[in-house]
Amino acid sequence: MNSKTADRIATGVFITIAIIIISILVGLFYYILVNGLKHVSLDFLTSPSSNVRAGGGIRDQLFNSFYILLLTMLIAVPLGIGGGIYMAEYAKPGKVTDIIRSCIEVLASLPSIVIGMFGLLMFVNLTGWGYTILGGALALTVFNLPVIVRVSEDAIRSVPRDLKEASLALGITRWHTIKTVILPSAFPSILTGAILASGRVFGEAAALLFTAGLSTPRLDYANWNPFSDTSPLNIFRPAETLAVHIWSVNTQGLIPDVEEVSNGAAAVLVLSVLIFNLLARWIGSMIHKKITATK
Amino acid sequence: MSIGTLTREVFDIKDLNLWYGEHHALKSINFPINKKEVTAIIGPSGCGKSTFIKTLNLMINMVPNVKMTGEINFNGQNVLNEKIDLVDLRKHVGMVFQKGNPFPQSIYDNIAYGPRIHGVKRKKDLDEIVTKSLMDVALWDEVKDRLHAPALGLSGGQQQRLCIARALATKPDVLLMDEPTSALDPISTLKIEELILELKEKYTIVIVTHNMQQASRVSDKTAFFLMGELIELDSTSTIFSNPKDSRTEGYITGRFG
Repeated sequence: MNSKTADRIATGVFITIAIIIISILVGLFYYILVNGLKHVSLDFLTSPSSNVRAGGGIRDQLFNSFYILLLTMLIAVPLGIGGGIYMAEYAKPGKVTDIIRSCIEVLASLPSIVIGMFGLLMFVNLTGWGYTILGGALALTVFNLPVIVRVSEDAIRSVPRDLKEASLALGITRWHTIKTVILPSAFPSILTGAILASGRVFGEAAALLFTAGLSTPRLDYANWNPFSDTSPLNIFRPAETLAVHIWSVNTQGLIPDVEEVSNGAAAVLVLSVLIFNLLARWIGSMIHKKITATK
Repeated sequence: MSIGTLTREVFDIKDLNLWYGEHHALKSINFPINKKEVTAIIGPSGCGKSTFIKTLNLMINMVPNVKMTGEINFNGQNVLNEKIDLVDLRKHVGMVFQKGNPFPQSIYDNIAYGPRIHGVKRKKDLDEIVTKSLMDVALWDEVKDRLHAPALGLSGGQQQRLCIARALATKPDVLLMDEPTSALDPISTLKIEELILELKEKYTIVIVTHNMQQASRVSDKTAFFLMGELIELDSTSTIFSNPKDSRTEGYITGRFG
């Protein structure tokens, strides 16, 4: 076989693989959206769920998903970037650093249900909080931290060395160099990592089952006092997220319209992830353009 | 720092040895560098000339496993022995690298970067520094209408001149240049060389170059390095017309290197 034929075959193989991937994705989206969107209405999005009657909505679950995401990111992103900076800039190459890196990798590969059990022990029982949003967010932080550390480390390492040299040679301290040269250059990759992690938070159910719980108290959206039991902002209340809701109505739902609710919720979940992705990328590119002065 | 103003030497290097791990890269270098002169360092690849210039602002410390002995006296202060403030040293000893390496920011921010962090806050002062630095490197007329455009949009030669302006903005005494024209075309190279001749009125310049014509055109003193040793250091005219060492002669007449 001459190399031209081999080249044509390789091209064909890769195009086929691309087509397979795209058709799986399109098929999946089509199935979820076609089956789900017909059950999605303003009423579905704005009414609370019901345990027994048909016609319940997903208002609280949708809010809980975004709220847990926000809280998780508030904890995980600063910690993760800090860890990445340490690994890329401060850690001396050697045994200790290798051990830290192995630990991060092991943590990244832990099954989420195991993290859920750990969260139950730590953030539910040991602290005595019971099922809480904060507990759920902390469990998801454990779940996402390794990914963000890893992504930040790689992003910081891939900043060209001569930029760092240029800054240090101007008599700028290491921390100022990291803050004003390295992090802005690494920003797009770190943002991508954070967005991927957010997708995992949205879709995660197993780690939340035993930490944020399967129920949501009656919420009053006019109550903005975060210490009140009926306030949606209270971080010490149980909270069922969208992904957990889909799982629970399917496995133990008593409502007659299980299929409608779970299909509708799935469609909303997929669209939420999509919109969140696009929005985060758009805002990220605005920030990046502002820093780098490109129009 | 007051002692330095009395002597002609801004740097006085005595018996400097440097090892990368086991590799002895600089061997007992003695090297005075005079104020407001251009000193060129020439030599074949791997002779230690880049290593040497990086010791002067201690950028060499970024390389792991470096060991140094001897003295590097900067204005009478040994930067190897005493607890030297790296930030302070590098404010006085600026550096320009092989390839133009502007930050991915605007032209203005690139130059204002150093002064801003070193404490210049008022916009009027920053504007003045930016204008003056750009004028010093003859870039002002080319970029004055687009100071807030990205620096990476400039040509290679302009980027290198911007980097020189950025180094000048922190008001150094000494400017180190590590093969500053090796990535540039002949016209940009010529502009940088003209610039060096103008800058030596105000600054002490040390330039590493692999281009012997460049050394002879811009420098007052020339040093020839070979395999980690300083073979010869003399006025540029002597080195190029009447070198004392046969190895120097061999190198500049193109017999090796």
